[in-house]
Amino acid sequence: MIVRLWGTRGSLASSGPDTAGYGGNTASVEVRSADGTILALDAGTGIRRLGAVIDPAVERVDVLLTHLHMDHIQGLGFFAPFFRRAGEVHVWGPASVTTDLRTRLTRYLSPPLFPVRIRDLDARVVLHDAPEEPITIGGFEVVARHVIHPGPTVGYRISADGASIAYLPDHEPALGARRFPEGPRLTSGFDLASGVDLVIHDGQYSGDELASRVGWGHSSVREAVAFGELANAHQLVLFHHDPSHSDAVLDGLTALARASATTIKVVAGREGDQYELPGG
Amino acid sequence: MAQLPIELILVRQLAGGLAVPTFVVDAAGDLVFINEAAEALLGLRFDEVGEVSFADWTTAFAPHTKGGQQADPATHPLAVAIRQRRPVHGPLRIMSRDRISRSLVVTALPLEGSRGQLLGGIAMFWQPPAK
Repeated sequence: MIVRLWGTRGSLASSGPDTAGYGGNTASVEVRSADGTILALDAGTGIRRLGAVIDPAVERVDVLLTHLHMDHIQGLGFFAPFFRRAGEVHVWGPASVTTDLRTRLTRYLSPPLFPVRIRDLDARVVLHDAPEEPITIGGFEVVARHVIHPGPTVGYRISADGASIAYLPDHEPALGARRFPEGPRLTSGFDLASGVDLVIHDGQYSGDELASRVGWGHSSVREAVAFGELANAHQLVLFHHDPSHSDAVLDGLTALARASATTIKVVAGREGDQYELPGG
Repeated sequence: MAQLPIELILVRQLAGGLAVPTFVVDAAGDLVFINEAAEALLGLRFDEVGEVSFADWTTAFAPHTKGGQQADPATHPLAVAIRQRRPVHGPLRIMSRDRISRSLVVTALPLEGSRGQLLGGIAMFWQPPAK
């Protein structure tokens, strides 16, 4: 399985000289299995560059959305596979009790916010509720679970070729907990991340920043480490970097996270980074 | 034990911050949390008993008549709420673990997930002021 980061920023794209190292594009991650199946995790601004490298001969691409906040869908309208007549794009997103996925996405993908409607895209577009029971997409097994973040939001666990990853880009598992972590049973996202090779997890804030942003749906880097270690994940990729954090700030937060880690390997997600996960 | 559904984790965390006595069960009816205010009413500490099976808690805190007779545990409002998937509100007399009979008012609700699946239930208790 190959995992490639195309956008690691949270909340708002933030390109500029002080963010060039880790990148300014919002959430987008490519996952490829050995059989060539392609998953795009979220559709932030990074998905534009991902779309440009997908071979036009690829017949199907699956886009797995964790939720519909703007930084996770803004790139949808610029994803090249949508504009390939012979292709098929399956979009998965969290279920809502009141409004189907098409209606919710159409709020953005329609005038006046966007000139092209979903029905006018060239590819065949198929929309699905995120799967709460494991399903197979090409060479992958995929499962989604609701996680703590404002509004309907899921995280994903993806397995293939004997390797597994968890993707929880927007996640505040410590919300309301008297002490964190409180153990597997009471920790949002635990089942998704348990024992994975790689967990891509929200690490937007420092501890001081988080203190004034409790309930916004994000984690400090230390909470991300605590979560990853509770889940016994092998490696943590800090993700959803705050748009105000320069490369230097992210270097400092990453050092802080590493200092608090005892078992897990910690890296900060950097646009362009790639992880090759060998099979078991 | 497996992770609880996210909705139950959040309800538990909410209950932990409330002064209203609150009881949370999972879809099987097993007790997953009581808050401190409920501990005082029931005469036990959650940290000591932990999660308790449906059969055990409905027996331990079964409704009682004024004369002290134990009623059918299945008539406990929270048991009715999750079994029949409907809200229940009304008076309830229980015997706490420290053998004090308490007359309460309870509101019990089933908790259903976004796909309509039963996740568990919540009961909130009110002790009317003594007349």
